Amino acid sequence: MKLIDFILNNSDQCLFLTWEHIRIVAFAVFLATIIAVPLGILITRNEGIAKKVLNAANILMTIPSIALFGLMLPVLALIGHGLGKVPAVIALVLYSQLPIIRNTYVGIKNVPPELVEAGKGVGMSSLTRLKEVEIPLAVPVIIAGLRTAAVMNIGITAIAAYIGAGGLGVFIQQGIARAYDEMVMAGAILVALLAIFVDAGMALIERILTPRGIKIGRKQGR
Amino acid sequence: MIQYDRVSKIFGTGSDAVTAVDEVVLDIEQGHLVTLLGPSGCGKTTLLRLTNRLIAMSSGTIKINGQDIMFLDPVKLRQTMGYAIQEIGLFPNKSIYENIAVVPRLLGWEKGRIRERVDELLRMLRLEPKTFRDRYPVELSGGQQQRIGVARCLAADPEILLMDEPFGAIDPINREEIQDEFLGLHERLKKTILFVTHDIHEAIKMGDRIAIFQDGRLIQYDSPGQILTRPANRYIEDFVGTDRALKLLGLLRAEEAMDGSPVNIVEGSTSTGEALRFLEDKDYLNLIVIHQGKPMGYLYSKLLKDKNTEVKNVADPYPVLIRCNDTLRDVMSQMLLHNVHLLPVVDENGDLAGSINYQDIRKYIQGIYADNAERE
Ligand SMILES: Nc1ncnc2c1ncn2[C@@H]1O[C@H](COP(=O)(O)OP(=O)(O)O)[C@@H](O)[C@H]1O
Ligand SMILES: [Mg+2]
Repeated sequence: MKLIDFILNNSDQCLFLTWEHIRIVAFAVFLATIIAVPLGILITRNEGIAKKVLNAANILMTIPSIALFGLMLPVLALIGHGLGKVPAVIALVLYSQLPIIRNTYVGIKNVPPELVEAGKGVGMSSLTRLKEVEIPLAVPVIIAGLRTAAVMNIGITAIAAYIGAGGLGVFIQQGIARAYDEMVMAGAILVALLAIFVDAGMALIERILTPRGIKIGRKQGR
Repeated sequence: MIQYDRVSKIFGTGSDAVTAVDEVVLDIEQGHLVTLLGPSGCGKTTLLRLTNRLIAMSSGTIKINGQDIMFLDPVKLRQTMGYAIQEIGLFPNKSIYENIAVVPRLLGWEKGRIRERVDELLRMLRLEPKTFRDRYPVELSGGQQQRIGVARCLAADPEILLMDEPFGAIDPINREEIQDEFLGLHERLKKTILFVTHDIHEAIKMGDRIAIFQDGRLIQYDSPGQILTRPANRYIEDFVGTDRALKLLGLLRAEEAMDGSPVNIVEGSTSTGEALRFLEDKDYLNLIVIHQGKPMGYLYSKLLKDKNTEVKNVADPYPVLIRCNDTLRDVMSQMLLHNVHLLPVVDENGDLAGSINYQDIRKYIQGIYADNAERE
């Protein structure tokens, strides 16, 4: 197995690129979350704005990543970051907006109206209600959005190697340039494995953060 | 004291407009439990939601203790009123304890005090604190959940309670018990309570007064007795039912209808001969035998003839004694069950307070309806 030989002989570089890949994705998802979750919550208070924001996020999503890198290059070049990790992270943050905003919005909107009514009725302020009722109930859906974003970002980061962002895409890009099949395969397989692990990890987090009362209900099939 | 002055609520506009509450004028006295009664869609829930400003009035004013609610902060206003919503609406992510503790916690009560209060409420609603405290709403039956909803509404001991069909999901046996428990609580605490129901029995049983609605309008606002004896129109007559005279029996007490100074009484030490003469002279059907002020049985001529002893040795014991505050409905039921037409009524010490028979009841009810006819 030449592929396994390649990975074993280059284990240092494999680890380094994988770690670099993870760092880019993690940082991007973190940034995306602190922007998109509050935004998703905010737009639940105004239907008109919600439509516009979700549409904008939808349009962002349809731009191919290579094209987005190209579009950002002249702008970011002005501050000396036309290539490298900065445009990569910005692109990832932009792409993550749709799944996270949409899931946050839907999660909060789907809180049953009688619970909102009860929350108001017992004298919770809008903020308290958000903290104690709406967000806890929306958590599973919000995390599902983060999960989609994270897995998607792992794929896009592989492409970002072409603008010098680093990560496992480097194997693919260089392997293709050198017609070195094992190198391309190693990059592709490691990216796939990473995606599978992250997906499973996020599923676990989702389970942990789901309120207990909801989990019991699910078990009972209610 | 809650005062509604020409309060209206119109949902929607133009041809879709629905007048859910229509020019309602209503004063709820401090410490009264008022039941809001009417069929589904007549605006009961809407009136409650206007009261704690979950929705805004289209016109009119609501004052609480003289204060126009529009000048109060809605969040603070709601914290001073308990609200049990029709859909129950327990927070599924919170345990039973946390659900009940919500308002005390918002008000900044100490942990220990909250804990005691939660347990006290659970016990009052017939739920064992140890078993239920740490459960989640999904683990409870509908009726149990509703009781938690009532506990949540009572938790911070508010002066005003808004309760929207609060016992609707509770099974009939527990419902009776909880109604009684709740009435006892109301007796002690004298909260001002708006209690929505579409069940006429519940409205009569619970209400100091009943407000009956039709299509958003207040049709009649009266005591249960008045509603039963003087329904304001056909609609209310139909609503309270053709058996309203029987329902009235459930409201009236034995002491109101009884003969408070019966004359067909003999002491237990009287001789049978003397008793028989008394019976025949006055042409009584029977005699009540008392011993140290307490009724011990009854006599009729067959029991007395050809005997020579004290009457207490031959008297038939009463199958049942009526207490002063038994309802006339219970009295009638006892009479039918035991096939007797006269029963002694005793006070809380067991002393004879009077006697009651079919005639007393018939005359009393007739009197009530006649009074009302006169006034019309
Ligand atoms: N949020 C709302 N929007 C539009 N119509 C409403 C709303 N809430 C209640 N209504 C209407 O107002 C009327 C009274 O409703 P409601 O107060 O819920 O009645 P009840 O509690 O007596 O059953 C009904 O015709 C209902 O359809
Ligand atoms: Mg209702």
